[in-house]
Amino acid sequence: MELVNVFLKAAFIENLILSYFLGMCSFLAVSKTVKTAFGLGLAVIFVLGITMPINWLIYTFLLSEGGLIGMDLTFLRLILFIAVIASMVQLVEMVIEKVSPALYNSLGIFLPLITVNCAILGGSLFMVSREYNFSESVAFGLGGGFGWFLAIVALAAIREKIRYSKVPAPLRGLGMAFILTGLMGMAFLSLLGIDPAAF
Amino acid sequence: MAEVLAPEKKEGLFSKNNKKLLTDPLDDNNPITVQVLGICSALAVTTLVFPSIVITIAVVFVCAFSNLLTSLLRKSIPSQVRMIVQLVIVATLVTVVELSLKAINFDVYKQLTVFIGLIITNCIVMGRLEAFAMANTPWKSFLDGVGNGLGYGLILIVVSVVRELFGKGSLLAGTPLEMKMIGATSEYWINTTADGWQSFMFGWYQNNNLMVLPAAAMFLIGIYIWIQRSRNTKLVDIS
Repeated sequence: MELVNVFLKAAFIENLILSYFLGMCSFLAVSKTVKTAFGLGLAVIFVLGITMPINWLIYTFLLSEGGLIGMDLTFLRLILFIAVIASMVQLVEMVIEKVSPALYNSLGIFLPLITVNCAILGGSLFMVSREYNFSESVAFGLGGGFGWFLAIVALAAIREKIRYSKVPAPLRGLGMAFILTGLMGMAFLSLLGIDPAAF
Repeated sequence: MAEVLAPEKKEGLFSKNNKKLLTDPLDDNNPITVQVLGICSALAVTTLVFPSIVITIAVVFVCAFSNLLTSLLRKSIPSQVRMIVQLVIVATLVTVVELSLKAINFDVYKQLTVFIGLIITNCIVMGRLEAFAMANTPWKSFLDGVGNGLGYGLILIVVSVVRELFGKGSLLAGTPLEMKMIGATSEYWINTTADGWQSFMFGWYQNNNLMVLPAAAMFLIGIYIWIQRSRNTKLVDIS
């Protein structure tokens, strides 16, 4: 039950995009069509779900004071977390290139940029500061990724619909995406403070 | 064999093409409003003007030198591990910036320590490495880095001026040049004394808390794009 709470909280109430505004670049740039948004969303779920437990293991057993080395090495956490994330993203890139070249081409530069997607590093840092245990960190990673996936698919769907509306020409596309994200973020403010344990 | 390849025509250091690399990112190819890179930090830093200026300087430096180094190494980086190599370069440069800021001005360092660290995950830096430095000569990459850093800084400063002015009723808070619209203490020229008739001029401003939310930065960048694209019609999205 505890794990379901962590998952729901990460996916809806503390959504990485809409309440923390993390991982914006790829969110705005890749949300032109639902199809590519779907692909990138799945890649982010995978990367978040994998890096979170690996980073938890590294943090608890190598870096923290009670770990195997026996020294407080937490100042190295940024570099080690980034290295884990970079290698996972490289793996995902190679898999997507083999499995679906069309998706690979439409994602373009934003596939390697998952490495510097703040949502992923931010997720690992939240995990440390909130002191999750191993299974909670798995649930948090998957939940955070799922929330990111839902948000990007929602924005892509709105953008596909809004193409038929009379938006002023200079605002079409990117400008409208910025304003829509701002509005979605403000709407999400109303979910803050809900306690999923109450249901 | 060497004669077969005609030597490339030498280009001057500031030839027309190279100047374009420097000026393009300010408008036509702006990293934030056209390439959509580096937005997270634009949301986080821009509540105040002064941190935005410091971050701009840091990003120009990191972007230029990481582009230069990657471009020098581009032929010897195997493509399977290129991201890790790039991140090591960026992380090293960010550490250099962090330590030098600590030595130069400790107060500013204390204020900005998290944001400086986050330059590692600023997508502009890695985006330009992937898109430009891996395929171009060192000098061009260096110019591209400087140009993109400045283009990023332009948006940052425009957004932060609006957000600080309307959100906090001040400009350049935290520096000797601070100006305030709320009449408080009397050290600076614009908010001399808050009593008497001047309180009528300076004590009136109610802070607009919407401007402090990250959503406000989204709206402001959206409006900036609107203005930019109505002046520069070739950027308009036709699809």
